[in-house]
Amino acid sequence: MDLPHLYRQMLRARAYELAVEDLWNHGFISGEMHLGTGEEAVAAGVVTQLGDGDGLALTHRCSPALVVRGVPLAPMLRELLGAEDGLCGGRGGHMHLFSKEHLAATSGIVGASLPTAAGFALANSRLRPGAIAVAFTGAGAMNQGMALETLNLAVAWRLPLVIICIDNGWAITTTSDSVTGGSLVERAQGFGMRAETVNGRDVRAVYKAAAKQIERARCGKGPSFLLATCPRLDGHFLGDPLIRMANKPIAEGKKVFGSVLSSVVSRGGGGLADRAGGVTQMMSVMAKARRSGTRERRGDPILAVYKTMNKHEAERDRIDAEVAAEIEAAVAEALADVGEGSDG
Amino acid sequence: MSASGAEGQALHAVPEVATEKQTIAQAVRDAMLEEMERDERVIVLGEDVGVDGGVFRATDGLIERFGAERVIDTPLAESAIIGMSVGLAATGFRPIAEIQFMGFVYPAINQLFAHAARMRNRTRGTLSCPMVVRMPYGGGIHPPEHHSESYEALFLNTPGFKVVVPSNPYDAKGLLISAIRDDDPVLFMEPKRVYRAFREAVPAEAYTVPLGRAAVAREGTDVTLIAWGAMVRVCLDASEVLAREDINAEVVDLRTLNPLDRETIISSVVKTGRAVVVHEAPRTGGFGAEISAQIHEHAMLQLEAPVQRVAGFDVVFPLAHNEKLYLPSRDRIVKAVEKVLAF
Repeated sequence: MDLPHLYRQMLRARAYELAVEDLWNHGFISGEMHLGTGEEAVAAGVVTQLGDGDGLALTHRCSPALVVRGVPLAPMLRELLGAEDGLCGGRGGHMHLFSKEHLAATSGIVGASLPTAAGFALANSRLRPGAIAVAFTGAGAMNQGMALETLNLAVAWRLPLVIICIDNGWAITTTSDSVTGGSLVERAQGFGMRAETVNGRDVRAVYKAAAKQIERARCGKGPSFLLATCPRLDGHFLGDPLIRMANKPIAEGKKVFGSVLSSVVSRGGGGLADRAGGVTQMMSVMAKARRSGTRERRGDPILAVYKTMNKHEAERDRIDAEVAAEIEAAVAEALADVGEGSDG
Repeated sequence: MSASGAEGQALHAVPEVATEKQTIAQAVRDAMLEEMERDERVIVLGEDVGVDGGVFRATDGLIERFGAERVIDTPLAESAIIGMSVGLAATGFRPIAEIQFMGFVYPAINQLFAHAARMRNRTRGTLSCPMVVRMPYGGGIHPPEHHSESYEALFLNTPGFKVVVPSNPYDAKGLLISAIRDDDPVLFMEPKRVYRAFREAVPAEAYTVPLGRAAVAREGTDVTLIAWGAMVRVCLDASEVLAREDINAEVVDLRTLNPLDRETIISSVVKTGRAVVVHEAPRTGGFGAEISAQIHEHAMLQLEAPVQRVAGFDVVFPLAHNEKLYLPSRDRIVKAVEKVLAF
C-alpha cells in the first residue's frame, strides 16, 4: 500500500470537487450538482487497485472514482459545462459521465449501477478473464428492486463483481435507517455473498478490505459486498440547504448559518435574488473554511489522511502543491474559451 | 382583440370565499391536506415526503399534522411505491404516491402498466385503483435528463389512466382534489418549472375542478393554441406578442389529457380555422400528434391550414445550456402561428 499515492488521489478527488463547486457558484454550471466530498477514502482505497479492462459503474456522485481512475480532468469539467469537447460531447452532464477507455459508466438513476456492473462483470468473465467489475452504489439504492436482482444474479453466476456500498446515513433527505430493513451486510450474506463493513473514512482500512475482495473476484471466487461508512459533507446536492431556507428561512437558516444569515437577511437594499446569491456565496466560503482545516470537520477523511502523512511532511507539501497546480491547470484549460460566469 | 386572460390568468370564476394568494406548490399541498382532513383513507407516500416535506416542499407540514402512519417516507424504490399503492388502493385506501421526478418513474412502469391501469377492467369493476401518482415533470430548472423529462405520451397510449396536468394554482388544487376523489388511477403531472413562478387567488376551502374539461385561458378568433401545464403560460406570452400584430389567438388549456375534452378543442378550431399544438415532450409520437389527428378527423372542412406542432425535439432532454433551444418558446410559437396564417 502506497500511502502517499493514496493521499494524492484523495486530495485530487477533493480538489476536483471544490473546483466544481466553485464553477457552480459562479454560474458556469447550472442545475442540480451532487458532490462526492467525503467519499475520497473509499474512492482512493478501491479504485487505485483497478487496471486495464476492469469495469466501473458509478452513481450520481461519480467524480471521486473517475478522478482516481485517471479520467482526464479537463474533459470532465468541459462536460459539466456542456461543451462539445467534453468527456461525453456535452450530452451527459455530471450525472452521466462515461469513459470507454476506462470502462466507466455512470447513472443518475438510483440503483442502476449494480446491473450495469454485473453486465461488465459477465462480459469480463468471458472476454477478459482476470478483469473484474466494480459497482459503486449508495445504501439508499440497496432497496431498489434492480439492486436486489443483481445480488442474486452475481452469486448465481459467480460473477467477478465487487459492490462498494457507500453508507453516508442518508437516502436523499431521509435517514437510510428509517427506510431500510435489517443490516445490508447481512442482506448481501443472505444472498450467499461475501460481505463486510469498513470505516470508509480510513483509506488504509478501505484499501485492505477491497484488496481481499478484488483478489477473490480476479481469481474467479465470486462476488462480494463492501459496506463503507463515510460522511456526506455537502448535502444531497449543492444548494440543498438553500431550498430549505427559502421556505423556512428562520428555522432552517439558524441550523445552517446562525448569525451569518440574519446579517444577510436584514441587510436592506438588494433584491431577493441578489440576497440569495449572497447567501450562496457565503455558504461556499463557510463550507471552504470548514474544509480547509482551519475548522475541524468531524469525520472528514481528508483531515484523517492528512494526519497520517505527518511523518512524510515534505512529501505531503510537495503533493499538495502538485495537486493544486494540476487542478488549477485543468480548470484553466476547461475555461479557456469561456467568458465570465453569472453569479448565483 | 380580446383582453381576457391578458395577464396569464385562467378564466375560472373564483367564487366569493376567503382566498389566499398561493403558488402551485402550495395549492398542491393544501389539496392533499384538505382531503386528508376530510377522508382518513387518503394517505401520502413517497421518497422524502415525510420528515423532509418533499424535495419541492409539496408535502410540507403534512407529517406534523397527520403523523407518520399517513405520511409515509419510503425507501428509494419506485416500483415498491407504486406496487404498494395498487395494493392499498384495492383494499380501502386512497393513496397519493409521489414520484420525485417524472423521469424516476421508469422502475415503476411495470406496476403502473401491468397492474394499476388494468385492475378495473380485469376484475369487471369488482376492484378499482383509486390512487393518484403525483409527478413533477418538465424542463426549465436545468438539471439533466431524468430530472427534466415530460413523457405523458407513454401513459396516454396506455388505457386505464386519467392524466391530469394543471397550469395554475387554482386548477392545481381543484384538479388534485378531483383526482383524489376519483375511483381510478390518476397520473397528476405537476409543472415544476412554474411551481413557484407566480401566485394566484386560491379558495381556502376544498373545491373541485372537474376532470376531462379543458379551459379557454384566452379567447381569440384567429388561431387556436392548444397546450397544457407549463406551456400554457408560454402560449399566453406568445398571444400577447401576436396581439401586437393584430393576431388574436385563443389559448386552450387542456388541464386533463385523458379523458380529453375534444369538444372544447373542436369548437375552438371550428371558430378560428387554425390550430397549433404546443408541448415539451419530443415531437414524434407526442400527444400533439393525437390532437392534430383528432382535429383532422372532426374539423377537416373547417380548417384553413394544416395543424402545426411546436414541441421538444426527438432527442434526450439536453443539458442546461441547450434547454432553451429544446423547449418550445414564445418565438417558436409565434413563428408557427405565422405559418398557419400564411398558408
